[in-house]
Amino acid sequence: MNNILSIDSVSKHYGNFTALNDVSINIPEGSIFGLLGPNGAGKTTLIRIINQITQPDSGKVFFNNSELKPSHIKNIGYLPEERGLYPKMKIGEQAIYLAQLKGLDRSVAKSELNKWFEKFEISDWWDKKVTELSKGMAQKVQFIVTVLHKPKLLIFDEPFSGFDPINANLIKDEILELRKQGATIIFSTHRMESVEELCEDIALINKSNKILDGKLDNIKAKFKSNTFEIAVNTSNVGHLKNQLNTLYNTSTPTFKTLGDNLRLNINLKPTQKSNELLKILNDNGEVIHFKEVIPSASEIFINSVKNN
Amino acid sequence: MGHFTLITTREYLNKITNKTFILSTFLTPLFIVGLIFFLGYLSSLNNETVKNISVVDETGFVYENLNSSEFLKYNLLENFSFEEAKTISETKSDYGLIHIPNLDSPKAIADSISFISEDSPSFTLINNIETQLERILTSKNFKIEGLDINQINNSKVYVSLFQETFEGEKTTKTDGFLKMFFGMFLGLLLYIFIFAYGSMIMMSVIEEKTNRIVEIVISSVKPFQLMTGKIIGTSLAGLTQFIVWGFLFFVFSTIVTSIFGITSMPSNAGNASIMLSASQDSGISSDSLEMIAAFINLPLTNILIAFLFYFLGGYLLYSSIFAAIGAAVDNQTDAQQFLMPITIVLIVALYAGILTVPEDPNGIVAQIFSFIPLTSPIVMMMRIPYGVPIFEQIISITILFLSVILIIWIAAKIYRIGILMYGKKPSYKELIKWLKY
Repeated sequence: MNNILSIDSVSKHYGNFTALNDVSINIPEGSIFGLLGPNGAGKTTLIRIINQITQPDSGKVFFNNSELKPSHIKNIGYLPEERGLYPKMKIGEQAIYLAQLKGLDRSVAKSELNKWFEKFEISDWWDKKVTELSKGMAQKVQFIVTVLHKPKLLIFDEPFSGFDPINANLIKDEILELRKQGATIIFSTHRMESVEELCEDIALINKSNKILDGKLDNIKAKFKSNTFEIAVNTSNVGHLKNQLNTLYNTSTPTFKTLGDNLRLNINLKPTQKSNELLKILNDNGEVIHFKEVIPSASEIFINSVKNN
Repeated sequence: MGHFTLITTREYLNKITNKTFILSTFLTPLFIVGLIFFLGYLSSLNNETVKNISVVDETGFVYENLNSSEFLKYNLLENFSFEEAKTISETKSDYGLIHIPNLDSPKAIADSISFISEDSPSFTLINNIETQLERILTSKNFKIEGLDINQINNSKVYVSLFQETFEGEKTTKTDGFLKMFFGMFLGLLLYIFIFAYGSMIMMSVIEEKTNRIVEIVISSVKPFQLMTGKIIGTSLAGLTQFIVWGFLFFVFSTIVTSIFGITSMPSNAGNASIMLSASQDSGISSDSLEMIAAFINLPLTNILIAFLFYFLGGYLLYSSIFAAIGAAVDNQTDAQQFLMPITIVLIVALYAGILTVPEDPNGIVAQIFSFIPLTSPIVMMMRIPYGVPIFEQIISITILFLSVILIIWIAAKIYRIGILMYGKKPSYKELIKWLKY
């Protein structure tokens, strides 16, 4: 698959401080890509490099296989984490102004903006000033400003912060819609549930280094420990428990179920198969719960950062 | 439209559609004109009250020679003693009472004349009385000594120097005063504008930074474009304000000259000479006419052109510094630390100009300050009304604009790093480090 963005061995220093150290990331076209990392890891620096706000000290960035250059700006939309608009400028005027800076014609910008305003049912905001809007309303305007010029690559830094659940959902649906229309989306976020829900690919940056990247499913497969949650209703708890303890590594259950009398986490060795375990359980009683433990994005994040 | 044009246009429109800006553009000239009329009205109010002064003249020759004026009336109190006169004068609520005793000689009289008043009288009033009494008593003395007053008056000589520069330009005392006044006015105007517009730019940079919109804008344009666009847009707004003021001034002065009938005509020597055709009944004093004539005699074209250059140069220089300061800090309070040195330099320029230029417009101190780019706009503008050689002005302006390029380059570096740095106030050391990033 074509990579819309290739970051190749990018490093960036500020004086003695290393913001990015030899980071390479590929972002497949049409994907929703999670750019993860703790605060201060270097995500913002990387995003600024992609936006050509700052230049890397070494390494290169390729957009659609050609080296990043100023003309690519019009293909990129960026919603920074810290948002802001001109407080005293009319909403409509400033959205058009920002779209023009991205290279859109005034008339095109105006008609596109009208479409979005109608879609969000906020057409009467056109002549309002930002100071007259609530924070959530301003965020909506900011979202429109980000996507107005129909960029191929969208970068959202914490896009859902500041939105109530209804509006957060609205924005999420719009993001999915944009993706359906062919845009590639980079998410930078701490909200692991949205990563879980939306992202197919991720990269994890910690202390200026990339420590993990790839398809989220593959990463999960790599991180899973062959652990199964089991719950059975059996007539002979002691016997089954002994049998399982001799065959497998068992541990205290980390889940909740109803109507059982034996609950365990069971760790399988690479040679052991899950269907053998299931057979034993089945032979000894009624199986209430049988589930492989898949690490969540959150667990992967915490473990990787801790072990790094 | 290119990015730069877009940014400049936005900044310009943003400034000139600002309510405060519109108000200050039209209200400032009104305010100044109003202030002048108000002061004129106040002083006329002061003069309109007629001051009555009673005179007890025991000599019999002084009172008849006292000349009353419109605002100062001398009234004789005949056949009253000094003590009686005091009571009468007080009940009449006169301004004051003069007692002239009858003594042997005018000199003895002069030594014992007294003036009694409720308030302490003004200097001009006392001066008026004293001059008149001196005149009267002196002529009395002349008569006693047997001198012919007419002969003495005829042999008196009055000197009024005919002043001219080596270039043949006529100068008068009024000229000197006007040059000083006009020069200071221009210097002060530049000072005020550099501060007003410079801080306007600084505020605008801080606003963009604290609103974080700067991050969106510079993902589309280069920080340098944003900074220069901001500076140029604001300076265009400043020029617009000047043009409006110039226009208002032109309209106003046209009205004034057409009312008072003053015309300026170039003479064959190429210098502006003034035809004063003010009719006797126009009511305008010769002092005011002389003032207007002196004003038209100033090297106005030179002043205007130089002002445009120094305004632009000084403004660009300082506003780049202001922009860099705005970028380096998070709020206005933090900006004070960096504004201090700038303020000091500007104040030094202002005072150096005020203290040295009227004394010696071409003196060494004034000359040095009019070549240093940080002070030259103010000091040179103060000197130009006195006449400064054109090549000197060109050198000064060249130095100024070369420095502008250098300062913009430095400011752009600080600006580029500063607008993305949040949280802590940088030290001077860090600012220098930013230049190397």
